[in-house]
Amino acid sequence: MNQTTTEPGSTRTLRFHVLRHDPRDAASVPRTETFELEEAAGMTLFIALGEIRERLDPSLAFDFVCRAGICGSCGMVINGRPGLACRTLTRDLPTDITLAPLPAFELIADLSVDTGKWMRGMSERLETWIHEVSPDVDLGRIEAPMDPDLADRIYELDRCIECGCCVAACGTARMRKDFVGAVGLNKIARFALDPRDPRKDEDYYELVGNDEGVFGCMTLLGCHDVCPKNLPLQTQIAFLRRRMARTGVG
Amino acid sequence: MKVVYTDVLVIGGGLAGLRVAIGARRRGHDVTVLSLVPPKRSHSAAAQGGMQASLGNVAKGQGDNEDVHFEDTVKGSDWGADQRVVRMFVDTAPKAVRELAAWGVPWSRVREGDRTVIINGQPVTLTERAEAHGLVAQRDFGGTKKWRTCYVSDGTGHAMLFAVGDQAIAHGVPVHERKEALALIHDGSRCYGAVVRDLVTGELVAYAARATCIATGGAGRVYRVTTNAVICEGIGSALALETGVATLGNMEAVQFHPTGIFPAGILVTEGCRGDGGLLRDANGHRFMPDYEPEKKELASRDVVSRRMEEHIRKGHGAKSRFGEHLWLDITLLGRKHIEHNLREVKEICQSFLGIDPAEQWIAVRPAQHYTMGGVRTDHTGQSTTLRGLFAAGEAACWDMHGFNRLGGNSVAETVVAGMLVGEFIADFCESPAGDLDIPTVLLREALRVERDRLDSLLQGGGTESADALKASMQQLMTDRVGIFRTGADLEAAVSGLQELLLRSRNIGLRHRKDGPNPELVTAYRTQKMLKVALCIASGALARTESRGAHFREDYPRRDDAGWLRRTLATWRDPADTLPTLAYEPLDVMTMELPPGWRGYGARDYVDHPDTARRAAEVQALRERAAQGDRHSVQAALMPYEHLLPAAFRGRNERIDERQA
Repeated sequence: MNQTTTEPGSTRTLRFHVLRHDPRDAASVPRTETFELEEAAGMTLFIALGEIRERLDPSLAFDFVCRAGICGSCGMVINGRPGLACRTLTRDLPTDITLAPLPAFELIADLSVDTGKWMRGMSERLETWIHEVSPDVDLGRIEAPMDPDLADRIYELDRCIECGCCVAACGTARMRKDFVGAVGLNKIARFALDPRDPRKDEDYYELVGNDEGVFGCMTLLGCHDVCPKNLPLQTQIAFLRRRMARTGVG
Repeated sequence: MKVVYTDVLVIGGGLAGLRVAIGARRRGHDVTVLSLVPPKRSHSAAAQGGMQASLGNVAKGQGDNEDVHFEDTVKGSDWGADQRVVRMFVDTAPKAVRELAAWGVPWSRVREGDRTVIINGQPVTLTERAEAHGLVAQRDFGGTKKWRTCYVSDGTGHAMLFAVGDQAIAHGVPVHERKEALALIHDGSRCYGAVVRDLVTGELVAYAARATCIATGGAGRVYRVTTNAVICEGIGSALALETGVATLGNMEAVQFHPTGIFPAGILVTEGCRGDGGLLRDANGHRFMPDYEPEKKELASRDVVSRRMEEHIRKGHGAKSRFGEHLWLDITLLGRKHIEHNLREVKEICQSFLGIDPAEQWIAVRPAQHYTMGGVRTDHTGQSTTLRGLFAAGEAACWDMHGFNRLGGNSVAETVVAGMLVGEFIADFCESPAGDLDIPTVLLREALRVERDRLDSLLQGGGTESADALKASMQQLMTDRVGIFRTGADLEAAVSGLQELLLRSRNIGLRHRKDGPNPELVTAYRTQKMLKVALCIASGALARTESRGAHFREDYPRRDDAGWLRRTLATWRDPADTLPTLAYEPLDVMTMELPPGWRGYGARDYVDHPDTARRAAEVQALRERAAQGDRHSVQAALMPYEHLLPAAFRGRNERIDERQA
């Protein structure tokens, strides 16, 4: 049985089993609906869902923006695993494809969830911005130099696109609504690395030195496995935990 | 009637909109941002290669300054740009990079000493200065004399958007997500805000504001093949157009990016060529030097895209089941460089083409990429015909790109326009012009009109499919209003679009729920997009010359005598099926850089009658001011500093231009 790959020239009929619900409609009951499509060359879930909406069901709700794996809008659970739908090729999937909205976020409808509200709340709580030393930097002057390697290391962590896959894959986030998730911890690691931010470990301890923060992590590391940007979440969380433990013991 | 009151309403939560909001907020005004999506998902994030600012830190950028950036941008625009706005822009761009550096953008930095780069297909050793070590680095981009494009690997837009987005949160700027403006509220001379639909609940709310700013980005999705995100549908331009009062400038000026991956149209950055990548044909031949011996792969985008299509027409395209394409070869840059400086490109190639670009060539073909036109404004970002309406970024035509935008100048424009227009909006709010008496009858009436419009879509029993109309529009635009344009094609496009517009007034829905209803959204947006598409096509049909990205095969010469003027489109009556076109001349006699040859592309053009006179005048002024420094020479030619907001005046320091 060769279900997972497509022979060149062969056309598969794909069956999409989509979890559907409109929480604002009193008559709506969560259910799975199945749609059948002929697979096409180079088909992604972006293309497939677009076709389903155009041809089979105009009411199907889902989110895409860049369709290039850059913006993080289209996180969903694809055959049990959180990922970005736009860059998932159907040829890498079996003929039966199950799609569900990301858990842990407020459901808007069908495959669309409110990651924006969650991420803004996390940013406000963790103050995920540079706390400027002097807010009135002279813009006419040459910028402050930074070690090129350090700039690269900051960018490595800055690549997070807030897609929410790590939160959806997190055991703690499923039990603890206020857990900041790998996305939040990675941001703290990013600002802690950045010399332009004057905050110290003591300040970060106030933000994540608790069970809603780094001590809530159970090290299951689903986050690390599913991150579409391959961020080094495992290392960053371990490193942050050690620093925060040290700061806490003081 | 539900009404939200705010000082400044910003429509669009990308880089331009957020930076406008921060600026006005810092001046103490109440600001509300509307965004279709969480703001960090905006299309600004897709800018990969970088932003131009004349810092001159790297060895190949030495000698760069505002003057060189100005000249490159005006030539790039094929003299269509407003030169005063270009001056304001190039002066502010270094300040923008430095502000973003202070806000945490992890700009790639200069490393002192020797390094090997690929130039013109050959390895070359460059030596970076010790005093530049750790400063913001620049890479090469098309149409520029110096290496000027500041970058964060190839995730520049992402890093900028997150830094600015986080600053907006730090400044307490509220972003109302998943809200869509359906119409501007106005009385024919002043804008009062917008009617806004909640995309989750379907509720309509009037947002009343002293100043309203459109920052909705481009209109790429009126084309079938585009690099643009699915939300870049030109709706902001349509909102302005539908007032019947505000005008759209130069909508026919549409940029096609040379390297959209084939066939999906997803962008791979110009940085690929800037860093030394080559274009090859079906035979593996590097063809660009045959056409453009001087700039080769790094001529401006309009020129490279045309040369690519020309080469395909001559039969040199690689064949595939989806059609013909060319190859982008970055294998010569080496795996280390690709995995370090072009990692998004690598991810995109892996995810969408299933190839490793360090080993294999990338299938590319030009794809719609940028909308030079937009809501026509003055240099402060305010509409010239509808008071209280502003626009910034790609949605605006203030007009710094003319008929072709240089790579790296758009993400730079977003933040620069945000900085400047944010200040100008604050000035407006603090002036008597910014006072507002809100006639609630106007709000109520605007809400009623939009409610009726939605109800007639939901319940009117129309028979046309919005999806089908939209697809036909996109196909028409890609087939007939593309890189090479002819009168016959454009006439066919205009009449085809007119027919689609008429049919769009009879759209019916299969799914009749208000609330999260994607079909309803497609329906009302398609009606708006068709008007924008008609502005593009009829502007292109009327313009019987070739300028920048607008290329007419039947009128291949640039005609300054007849066409050194900006197209202005209005939509007078909702029942119309065509925009009304008018023209605004550009004044050669006030230009710092009179029209001439760009240094690449065709040498053949018709001079404006004033060009020779102005060129002589400029020459004389230069000679007279020759004793002074470059700033005093510039000031003699075309003063602009007084146009800048006070907060952003002042010289830009460089390693070679130290300040005391």
